[in-house]
Amino acid sequence: MDTAADVEARLPIRSDMDLAWVRQHVRQAATRVGFGLVDQTKLVTAASELARNTLVHGGGGVLETSRVTAADGTAGLRLTFSDEGPGIPDLERALSDGYTSGDGLGMGLGGSRRLVHDFEVDSTPGAGTTVRVTSWVSRPVRPRGGA
Amino acid sequence: MQEHEADATQASPAREVGDFLRRRREQVAQRWADEPLFRTVFTVSRDEAVDAGRVIVDALAQVADAQRIEDPDAAGFTGVREQLARMGAARSRAGLSTTQVSSELAALLPPVENLLVADLAQEDPERRRECATALSVLMGTLRLVTMQTALSENQALIDRQRLQLLEVATPVIKLWDGIVAVPLIGTLDSARSQVVMETLLNAVVDQHARFAILDITGVPTVDSLVAQHLMKTVAAARLMGAECVVSGIRPAIAQTIVHLGLDLGTVKTRASLADALGYCLHELGANIVNAPAEGAVRR
Amino acid sequence: MSEHYARPVAGHVPVLRLGDVLLVTLQGDLHDGMASQLQQDLAETIAASRVTGVVIDISGVEIVDSFLGRVLAETAAQTELLAARTVVAGMRPAVAITLVELGLTFPELRTALNTEAALALLAQPVVANRPDGEGRP
Repeated sequence: MDTAADVEARLPIRSDMDLAWVRQHVRQAATRVGFGLVDQTKLVTAASELARNTLVHGGGGVLETSRVTAADGTAGLRLTFSDEGPGIPDLERALSDGYTSGDGLGMGLGGSRRLVHDFEVDSTPGAGTTVRVTSWVSRPVRPRGGA
Repeated sequence: MQEHEADATQASPAREVGDFLRRRREQVAQRWADEPLFRTVFTVSRDEAVDAGRVIVDALAQVADAQRIEDPDAAGFTGVREQLARMGAARSRAGLSTTQVSSELAALLPPVENLLVADLAQEDPERRRECATALSVLMGTLRLVTMQTALSENQALIDRQRLQLLEVATPVIKLWDGIVAVPLIGTLDSARSQVVMETLLNAVVDQHARFAILDITGVPTVDSLVAQHLMKTVAAARLMGAECVVSGIRPAIAQTIVHLGLDLGTVKTRASLADALGYCLHELGANIVNAPAEGAVRR
Repeated sequence: MSEHYARPVAGHVPVLRLGDVLLVTLQGDLHDGMASQLQQDLAETIAASRVTGVVIDISGVEIVDSFLGRVLAETAAQTELLAARTVVAGMRPAVAITLVELGLTFPELRTALNTEAALALLAQPVVANRPDGEGRP
């Protein structure tokens, strides 16, 4: 993990232990991009939830992190989780609160969506799932419909 | 070398303009120094204005050489962006509207254009027109860059001030050992609610407060979003081991809350800040007893 | 500047006994296996000894996700069954805000500002500390 010090990285998600690495890396990356403490915590928590999803439901995968810049110059951090697992058959339901297909409190996808600014899921049954989340520095979280 | 010379006569209008700007750098800078935009911004001396003009001419020449006269992101502009922003900002501060600043920038074109036309008097009219057009496009781009930079500076300033306002508008008051209060005044939107939540929770830690009072007497309206934020704040405080009381719910707001069908369910509410303080003190084990009224006679 | 990741140590979280109370201090990044292990260890310790309360100090924990949150809530519910009370102490503001945003408010969980307040809470008679004044189902 030579790239550990940088924002850009590609981390494997294969075990419990990898989740801890993911959290540490996302914390460092968020600090570097310039997020405040509360936003860092939200991002790390979202990353932890999504990485666990990748591990538990996707049978493992990778996290890619990158620094992004919005059209107006706002700095952001993008996290992309991808796996080659069974995919999510009913995305809408998976995003609703309380839905769970494994252990945990069913807060994985729906909950982490509330912790970030932009949230995209791309899932093909049988071919895997990619979840891409982005947060922007010091932009208040917009009220989300249904939240 | 000979061939190269021959090529040069065929150079694109943009390059021709670049050559012209380098050749006439001094004259252009001198003429600009007399224009209102330079004259009013650089008040220390005329030399200062001429210096500033030279720097901009150099940047324009560089952009023209790179054949990127239409591109506000051309590398040549990078070095002068800050200076342009300063000039734009100075004019705005002097009370000029954006349109007025823009027309002052537009006024920089004619002096250069006259020079160019005079320089190319020997050239074929078609060529002359092409070069004049290229120059005017280039100056248009300069105007765009300046306005863009000035606007983003303004936006940054507004953002900074908004944040400061948010912080100033959220004082945390220690009412008693273990009791803090935030009197909220004015409209609560999503961004401000966030600041309030963070400020209050940090105060809970710093002051070891077991009780936190959110007083909304000064909040004109409560919609479902604000109510949601209040509930989140209460829930977060509870997770930290503190109890949050919302006070100052005016009758109109109470009506709205009922009308909107909002469930403040788990939120502890009190009519006034005094009532809330009384409740917290009682919970802390301190009891307030009214002193017997003076002159009261018992019969 | 140290850029090295601190490898999370697998194993047990130390559990300290103070009279009738067990004190657990969580620090840094707790990986899932360790959290589950703690839950089990606590149940065994409570069953084997006669403690009346457990304090879990999480002031050193930077993030609590739904997994760790669930472990804390389940540990509390479980100690309750064993006739002891659990207090989670010292949650950081950023962690609390995030949990609420995540949708996890743990209304059943007993909380305190710090270990001292948690011990004071446990010293009170059982009925007096229902946070919302309602009985447990």
